[in-house]
Amino acid sequence: MTATSTREPVPPTAGDGDARPILRLRGIGKEFFGNSVLRGIDLDVRPGEVHALVGENGAGKSTLMKIIAGVHRPDAGTIELDGETTTFGTPLAAQHAGVSTVFQEFNLLPERSVAENVYLGREPRRAGIVDRRRMHADTTALLADLGLTSLTSWTRVGSLSVAQQQIVEIVKAVSYDARIISMDEPTAALADQEVELLYELVHRLKERGVAILYVSHRLKEIFDLCDTITVLKDGNHVLTTPTADIDPDGLVRTMVGREFAGYFPDKDPSIVPGDVRLALEGAGNTQVDDVSFEVRAGEIVALAGLQGSGRTEIAHGIFGIAGFSRGRVLVGGREVAVRSPRQAVREGLALVTEDRKAEGLALGQSILANARLVLDAVVPGQADRRARRIPGILSSLELVASSQEAEVQYLSGGNQQKVVLAKWLVTDPQVIVLDEPTRGIDVGAKRAVYDLMRELTASGVAVLFISSELPEVVAMADRILVMRDGRLAGELPAGSDEETVMALATGAGDDTGEHVRVDLGAVTHAADLPGADPAPHEHDGPKEDR
Amino acid sequence: MSTAVATAAPTGRRTPTRRRRLGSTEIVYLALVGILVVAGVLVAVGGGNLFSTANTAYMFTQTSLLGFVAIGQTFAILCRSLDLSVGYVVALASIVGATTMAGDPSRVWLGVVAALGVAAAVGLVNGLVITKLRVNAFIATLGVGLVIKGYLDTQFKGPAGDVPSSFQMFGYTRVGPVPVSTIVMLLVAAAGVVLLARTRTGYHMFAVGGNTDVARLSGIRTDRTLILAHVLCSVCAGVAGLLIAARFGTGNALVYSYGLDLDSIAAVVLGGTLLMGGRGSVVGTVGGVLILAVLDTVFNVLDVDPFFKDVLRGVVIIAAVALYARRQIDPASSRARFRPTRTGGASA
Repeated sequence: MTATSTREPVPPTAGDGDARPILRLRGIGKEFFGNSVLRGIDLDVRPGEVHALVGENGAGKSTLMKIIAGVHRPDAGTIELDGETTTFGTPLAAQHAGVSTVFQEFNLLPERSVAENVYLGREPRRAGIVDRRRMHADTTALLADLGLTSLTSWTRVGSLSVAQQQIVEIVKAVSYDARIISMDEPTAALADQEVELLYELVHRLKERGVAILYVSHRLKEIFDLCDTITVLKDGNHVLTTPTADIDPDGLVRTMVGREFAGYFPDKDPSIVPGDVRLALEGAGNTQVDDVSFEVRAGEIVALAGLQGSGRTEIAHGIFGIAGFSRGRVLVGGREVAVRSPRQAVREGLALVTEDRKAEGLALGQSILANARLVLDAVVPGQADRRARRIPGILSSLELVASSQEAEVQYLSGGNQQKVVLAKWLVTDPQVIVLDEPTRGIDVGAKRAVYDLMRELTASGVAVLFISSELPEVVAMADRILVMRDGRLAGELPAGSDEETVMALATGAGDDTGEHVRVDLGAVTHAADLPGADPAPHEHDGPKEDR
Repeated sequence: MSTAVATAAPTGRRTPTRRRRLGSTEIVYLALVGILVVAGVLVAVGGGNLFSTANTAYMFTQTSLLGFVAIGQTFAILCRSLDLSVGYVVALASIVGATTMAGDPSRVWLGVVAALGVAAAVGLVNGLVITKLRVNAFIATLGVGLVIKGYLDTQFKGPAGDVPSSFQMFGYTRVGPVPVSTIVMLLVAAAGVVLLARTRTGYHMFAVGGNTDVARLSGIRTDRTLILAHVLCSVCAGVAGLLIAARFGTGNALVYSYGLDLDSIAAVVLGGTLLMGGRGSVVGTVGGVLILAVLDTVFNVLDVDPFFKDVLRGVVIIAAVALYARRQIDPASSRARFRPTRTGGASA
């Protein structure tokens, strides 16, 4: 699905000036320790409008969002709500004024129920006792009202999927009678089918006249969903435009201030895949079954599929985190039984994990210490010698940091990811598994990751590339393996389009579940996808988004 | 035959593996029953009767002393805090109670109020040091405990005060085999259950323990909630102190060496409350206390070496927590998509 094929034509009135703005920011400025991060920002948000806030990391989106959420106070400028100047002292004050924010880190209690989370801090009472019946009845009504029949008020939030937890957050916002809901990268952790769920909810909120401020790195969503786009760059307001008046290329140009014709680096045709570096033969465990594929030296093989389809589980199986109980794994043609990550590293494997903060970095330690982690652990005797290459690797990745002694927790997401990559590159892996390597990082850092992938193939490394972002899958991969429900649903050649990948991942047009090559022309319309079609597919089996 | 197919189809589709999982509290009480059975048999083999009046009374008495302290500790731990000063509070409350009563039956209530008041004050200090001075709860309560210990050691070399016989009833009266103190402990537990399950304060304790930032962003006064948890914790320890005073007929500073602080934490954790806060229950804690009391009684009846007793207690506590830790991991594997020779459905 290309960005230009938007879901529906946007009603022309939605983003135009005839509705009075609920929220009006004028001349907002903010400094941190003398560094000006926002200057003279104007922003109008109207009822029923989905307003995208875009810009590279560091452009000031997050700060602006936090000002609107009442986390930060602006140093300059005014905030008007319904034409009245106001200040939000605390996030709670903003929430009670009808301005709710759904941050990337969820504000939910995993051990408590949906209802307890939604009404946290304002539980209804009767005679001094929490009126649990009313609390659950109100929550159920709210869920029904938003068409969220798959959730129940008694469910423990910790047992929900990420997408459902996000929905609980939005329900909580709605329960505060929010008229403006800001969402910070709401789809960062969702796969495409779950994104559809969010889209539906956004449309429903829109119908209710709720204004939505939508921060995202994903251009497709912005063009699918948003009526108006505001671009920030280096703390300045660059542009506010109806979505219809700009195209993705133009938007990227505005965001980064440069031509982005070659967003994805081209494949070097002189690189021919060599020997098989990694092979799985009928591998399986409790999460995946009968997985067979190979990755050759100099080849990028993408592993696509919905969230929860078993992609990460394959990475974990290969790397010995939750190993395979069936089948064989061959590294460099030799069968290995990897039972721990340590063993995996010794076999020349590397895994850039999905969650860099929790699994990739020691946040309180320096860049250098993090980059040395694997060396120190696995080859302590050679660590000092081999660590000498780290500065060179970091600078080739264009890491931006005050010094190598800086703690990684203060780096941007993109720079943190570069540290993770350096940590693995210095081990000279034969096979590198990248699990969502571009999640939540800015455009520039993404480009660095893509460039790196090309360089790795040039030096004969086998790359297994797991991603939920179809554009990068399609642009980068030599072959695309598509997972569905824990099995390989099929393999697609380079140059396949996003619709085909999506069709295979969701099972549209192919319900045998067998490992087959799919006719590329079979499904070409986005409307054929289950997510776009509310009619239930009877033979689809269990739904992903329970 | 066609009907058979028709009825078989939907059941075949459903994943039959979805059994309701036992809650921690249920497991605690199942374990308690199991231990009672095993212990009863062991004692019977040795020619004794675990359920004789003397033994049950001992068991219940053990239960009520630790019970008060552990119920209080539950509130602190539920808020992701901890109170290491409870042992000293018990000792202090016993002395304050006994010296205030000074053998005068008319001063009994004054003594009770004074003991609980002092305990509440200690809890308030604990809470304030943790929330306002931002001292880690472990260190804060350890420090406050040491302060009390120093005061007790310098001021009270031996027993102090005199508890009138009317109040000693609290320590010795029994209804059948059940001491009055146990009944009071169960009433306190019931109050704790209502507090946690049915009041905003209780809800907010779960929230503060689950995630303080989430609680604060939801408008919960997190500091106040935590301070209140510590006050309740200390007051419960104060009640235990009064029980000691009633039992001994005087206050006694050396009670702090009973190890009630760590035992109470052990009982809370045995009862299924997460040491990291946010999940737990008073009912579970009472179960944990009962398990420890049964073990204690059995060891006594079987005349087990006191040092070996501690070894066994340690093993039981670790085994229980290890069991809970396994259950924590369990949900992932219970969502298994593929089992050997079986292909299940998808789950997100």
